[in-house]
Amino acid sequence: MNTHIQVNNLNAWYGKQPALKEINIEIPKNQITVIMGPSGCGKTTLLKTFNRFLELNDGAKITGEVLVNGQDIYQPDVDVTEVRKRIGLLAQRPYPLPMSIYDNVAYGMNIHRMKKDRLGYKASVKHYLELAGLWDEVQKRLHEPATGLSIGQQQRLCLARGLAVEPEVILGDEPTSALDPISSQHIEKKLLELKSQYTTVIVTHTLRQAKRLADHVIFMYMGEVVEAGPARNVFTNPQQERTRQYLEGLF
Amino acid sequence: MKMNRFHRRHITESIAKGAMLLSFLIMAGSLGLILWTVLYKGLPALTWEMISQTPKGGFYLGKEGGILNAIIGSLYLASGGTLIALALSLPMALYLETYLGKSSWGRWVRLSLDVLWGIPSIVYGAFGFTLMLALGMRASLLGGIIVLALLELPIMVRAMDEVIRRMPVDLEHAALALGSTKLEVATRIVLRQMLPGIVTAVLLAFGRGIGDAASVLFTAGYTDNIPGSLLRPAASLPLAVFFQLGTPFPEVQARAYASALILTIIVLAISLGSRWLAAKAGKFTLK
Amino acid sequence: MEKPIPLFSPITPAAVSRRRADSFANRAFFMITLIPVALIFIITIALFLRFLPILREHSLWELVSGVTWKPNKGEFGFLPFIAGTFWVTALGVALAVPPCILTALYLSEYARATTRTLMKPLLDLLAAIPSVVYGVWGMLAIVPLVGDVLRPILNRYLGFIPLFASNQPTGFSILAGAIVLAVMIAPFIIAITYEVLATIPQGLRQASLGIGATQWQTIRYVVLPQVLPAIIAGIVLGASRALGETLAVLMVVGNIPQMPNSIFDAGYPLPALIANNYGEMMSIPLYDAALLGAAFILLVIILFFNILSTIVLQRVLK
Repeated sequence: MNTHIQVNNLNAWYGKQPALKEINIEIPKNQITVIMGPSGCGKTTLLKTFNRFLELNDGAKITGEVLVNGQDIYQPDVDVTEVRKRIGLLAQRPYPLPMSIYDNVAYGMNIHRMKKDRLGYKASVKHYLELAGLWDEVQKRLHEPATGLSIGQQQRLCLARGLAVEPEVILGDEPTSALDPISSQHIEKKLLELKSQYTTVIVTHTLRQAKRLADHVIFMYMGEVVEAGPARNVFTNPQQERTRQYLEGLF
Repeated sequence: MKMNRFHRRHITESIAKGAMLLSFLIMAGSLGLILWTVLYKGLPALTWEMISQTPKGGFYLGKEGGILNAIIGSLYLASGGTLIALALSLPMALYLETYLGKSSWGRWVRLSLDVLWGIPSIVYGAFGFTLMLALGMRASLLGGIIVLALLELPIMVRAMDEVIRRMPVDLEHAALALGSTKLEVATRIVLRQMLPGIVTAVLLAFGRGIGDAASVLFTAGYTDNIPGSLLRPAASLPLAVFFQLGTPFPEVQARAYASALILTIIVLAISLGSRWLAAKAGKFTLK
Repeated sequence: MEKPIPLFSPITPAAVSRRRADSFANRAFFMITLIPVALIFIITIALFLRFLPILREHSLWELVSGVTWKPNKGEFGFLPFIAGTFWVTALGVALAVPPCILTALYLSEYARATTRTLMKPLLDLLAAIPSVVYGVWGMLAIVPLVGDVLRPILNRYLGFIPLFASNQPTGFSILAGAIVLAVMIAPFIIAITYEVLATIPQGLRQASLGIGATQWQTIRYVVLPQVLPAIIAGIVLGASRALGETLAVLMVVGNIPQMPNSIFDAGYPLPALIANNYGEMMSIPLYDAALLGAAFILLVIILFFNILSTIVLQRVLK
């Protein structure tokens, strides 16, 4: 297995409340890893440690290592904006930035000064909108407010926006939970298409979605990793009693 | 079950409701009464001459002239004060939200802004006066502008802060997730999202500035001329009203009413205009 | 073999300059936030320093308890002005509070959504009208109302109570000042009360209505007790605005330095004292120290009320 993200002895607290306990896992490169577990088990917290979003919570504390390509992203000399550029996030609800559709996609490339001229931006905006499967729907209204899109379209716009800064990893925090079934299907399809180019980590609370997407599974309970491994093994032959109960829908 | 309308609690209910409705009508009625009084007294004396000329000789005895000096003076004073206040308020409001958040320094800054907001304009005027004495400055446009800037600062920051704080935190996170620095979040995202709020805040403060008399009384002085330099005194509309009312001549007092009408029209136009402008500026913002 | 992976450190020139800009902005913005905090101290100290010369000649107690104001003779008794400020403010707030609270209750508990959306611009407009315009209105409408209607009537039927007795010829009086003030601070008090009422969860009201209480009973026993401290803080905040109101009050209150006995007496509040005499203050010895001292006293009173009520309100509204 080609490891992309490796987590060593990771602990996290909100204030005094422990949220993650002794996490040791590996996320394989260019596959979809699904983190699952009952609500409140620390899935989202774990995900947020990968792009250093946990520190945005007042009073959140963290110890241990998160190695991306072997480098600990919590080292003091690490530039947090660089981390977040290379580890993209698709949030639970789409939040289009208060600007046009075009500028939403161009924003990230712009702040990181990734293109040299207007033509470069134009081509990339088109490319990533196509990649997110949104181009055909919005090409005629690129300069209208992004808030005018439907919520499903907004989520695909957020996907395009995230891909445009050329990340290595896509994190998805229940990225379809706010969407209608058709839009969800759209996003899932995109994620499957993109997995050959990006390492993907998805948090979900629906077992069926986990089964549709996962190459690799991490099952969490009460802030701990109970079981992790290739999807086929975990789903068909869980090693732990808790995992089995969860898969059978007992809690 | 049949309702007994004369049961005590239903009577109390009706009385309470009646009192509330009455209070509401008194409030709405006062506004109407004020506008009507100013209009009724001011309109007859309002002429083109009033707003197109400066005072001529004997103006305060009822002779020819107008209050162009005060209109221009007020616009200069309020614009200058608003510009300086904006230059300080905008970074402050953005900093409070993006960098400070709920930190304890942020709480101190907000508390002191609230306290400053409560300091009356006469105290700002007296403070400005001592400041100018210390610096050896005379009553001047510049002095008035600086004091108005101090007076408008807390009004503006508070108004902006209120809008910024209603912004969903996830929007900021969306930008951070793309690798933005806080500065980029502040200038590219928060600034855009709060544009309507900024417009409202600026116009609110401008309206306060143009209507304020007690602070410029000390610091800007009064003159019959249109100020030609920052270091010359400047007239202002509220003081024009006040001084003209102070004369014993009915013609001049009538002009004071007309001046009050002009001031009211300007202020109400700003208040109403800010709503319209804010709606226009909100095209791209997330609701 | 894959290409080597760059470190997560700002090595490209663009990343370095972005990082610099961010930390520079952080420091510059921080400096700006020092302004409001410092300004409060600077204003207080500056005014106090100008007040000092007169404190060397007269004790503070002598000044604030003296009743004679004769700057030419070196007599500076502030008591009439402090009393004038207190009378106008207290009466103004007393007149404003009942209708304001009732209006806010009406808006938050009874009014339809359309009335509510109308009220916001209405209050904004009332708050936007400049002080001097309130003064003009006071002179044209309130002074005659007080002088020709309220004074004769109250004097005739309640004249045996000193508070309502009058031998004044005009309506320029404490009451006129108080009425104008009441209207001026009303939008302020209504807005704060309304905001405070909005913090009460709807479920709490429904819990009371659900067991058959009338709306007034719900307000009286459920809503009001919850928010009373905050509403009082809002009223105090409104009162501290009233304390400093200058021009509108000055224009209708009569401006005679005396100890008022009745609401129809003329009064002379501190802000009016400062505004009326600033022109001559450099011509008489210690006059400037007395007037700027008046501003200092006013400031200290207002800071006291203000800080107290702001702290209470910040707790509730956040």
